[in-house]
Amino acid sequence: MTQSLKMRTEPLSLVFAALGGVVLLFIAAPLISMFLNCSLPELAETAGDSEVQSSIWLTLWTSMAATLIFAPMAIAFSYLLARKDFPLKGLITGIIDLPIVIPHSAAGIALLGVLSRNAILGKAAGRMGFSFVGSNAGIMAAMAFVSIPYLINSARDGFLAVDERLEKAALNLGASPLRVFLTISIPLAWRSILSGLILMWARGMSEFGAVLIIAYHPMIAPVLIYERFGAFGLKYARPVAVLFISVCLAFFIILRLLAKGKVNAQR
Amino acid sequence: MLSVKNISKSLGDLAIKDVSFEVQEGWYFVLLGASGVGKSVLLETIAGLSRPDAGRVFLDEKDITGERIQKRNIGFVFQNSTLFPHMTVYDNIAYPLRCKKLKNRRIHKRVAELAEDFEVTSLLKRRPQTLSGGECQRVSLARAVAREPRCLLLDEPISSLDVKARPQMRALLRKINARGRAIVHVTHDYTEAVSLGTHIAVMECGRIAQIGTAKEVFQQPKSEFVARFVGIRNFFKGQLEKSDEQRTRRFSTDGLSFSVLSDSGSGPGYIMVRSEDVTIGNAASQTSARNNFEGTISDIVPAGAGVEVIVDIGVEVAAMITSESVKLLDLHCGKKVWVSFKASAVKYIEG
Repeated sequence: MTQSLKMRTEPLSLVFAALGGVVLLFIAAPLISMFLNCSLPELAETAGDSEVQSSIWLTLWTSMAATLIFAPMAIAFSYLLARKDFPLKGLITGIIDLPIVIPHSAAGIALLGVLSRNAILGKAAGRMGFSFVGSNAGIMAAMAFVSIPYLINSARDGFLAVDERLEKAALNLGASPLRVFLTISIPLAWRSILSGLILMWARGMSEFGAVLIIAYHPMIAPVLIYERFGAFGLKYARPVAVLFISVCLAFFIILRLLAKGKVNAQR
Repeated sequence: MLSVKNISKSLGDLAIKDVSFEVQEGWYFVLLGASGVGKSVLLETIAGLSRPDAGRVFLDEKDITGERIQKRNIGFVFQNSTLFPHMTVYDNIAYPLRCKKLKNRRIHKRVAELAEDFEVTSLLKRRPQTLSGGECQRVSLARAVAREPRCLLLDEPISSLDVKARPQMRALLRKINARGRAIVHVTHDYTEAVSLGTHIAVMECGRIAQIGTAKEVFQQPKSEFVARFVGIRNFFKGQLEKSDEQRTRRFSTDGLSFSVLSDSGSGPGYIMVRSEDVTIGNAASQTSARNNFEGTISDIVPAGAGVEVIVDIGVEVAAMITSESVKLLDLHCGKKVWVSFKASAVKYIEG
């Protein structure tokens, strides 16, 4: 009986599975081989290297700070995009996606145009006593520039999925629009917003090109990996890469677990 | 108190044209019309959820046409639940109270009162997703009333409920209204209108065809549309008597007593008999009809394909018969005749 109930597997599914396997291998193999090619003593030595430690730490906190600094603006903007119609909305949506499609070295050059000491923002920063070029502020700006579309798009999709009638019902109950936004829209779109925040953070953390142009020093981990590779070769770059990837992975897993717990608690 | 003046609004196929009406303190105002005539849009316009193309809305003599949603003190209960899914029932009911920035202790007390009133005390810790349709509706009402709105707009609050949950909801709505809160209730079901409404407006193709008390609208439909839509000329208010076990019950009104087939509880209500179900004879005859009355013909009016004969039996009863029968029975004004209709042709509605 069970035999006859079983659906026959489509040959096409098998072909697709095989194709998928190739892609999976293509992604996983280099990473696995990198981990396998790294000996524990090597890793331990690299982990003790203060230059490595400080670059990983710098990468983690600048990317997180960049995300948190831009989050309120990005979330407010994405709400506007989800709820309102305005002229040139299509163009504006396109502009938001630009950082995703332009080469990141070009993004760095463009950003340098407004952040360098004699450009508008650079001058303003100079008056406030800091500089973007070659500083943490510059790193954060470069990271935010390339990663902010991920947060905006994800949050906008989240807000779009919130039933507008719920917001209207809340207004009807006497809530101010800000209160509706904070107590209805944000909590209901929270899963998307959170995943957008994590995406933005991850994207910022992995940025290399734009940061390299604005701030070679202080050195973030991706730049350090590049420098070790250029100066000493693959063998010296690899442990740093492995260490950085491991730290990132650990953070993401923890965050995802926390996020999942939080979402479940809301149900 | 609430007055709507010359509201027009078109929205796709829907169009409301030049709608005006007024709702006074304590009224239960029912907007009755087929689905898709723009009743919901009209409510949304009053609540400020959508903007009219033309016309004005006044609340307590103040023009609120352009007022923001949150500034109008008008409660709105949507047709489908708009309970906040990420909050418990308690937090849902407390929401408007928190908007008023009340102290926690007062919020707690008020939510407890409302929960008691709307019979949702046992649900306070639940999430809206776990509630039945009737429970959702009661929580929505409690939440809307918590704000103490000047008037309450209800979009089909009963139709979506299953049949068992309806009487409780009707009783609840009557109770809210009896405490003096004006209600505007939109429905396509005339029995709801009769059962609840102190005033009824019949909507036809985006216009209001007739406004009046239930009695006026049902007994004297002003247009053919109203007559066809509410369709019932014989409409009497009275009292359903207690009975021991028989399913045939007595319904008394103005000194008359009708036989009614109903298993509703005794109490005040309405009966309706379609004029098509009433027969006329020159003498009392032995038939299965339980309601037989002698009376005098007060009017004979051609109506559509047939003739409407009005017989005064103490109250006026309309019978729709053919013109052949008028000739055959030699019916004329002032003639004494017998009217009869079956107890099963009588529709009883609690009210």
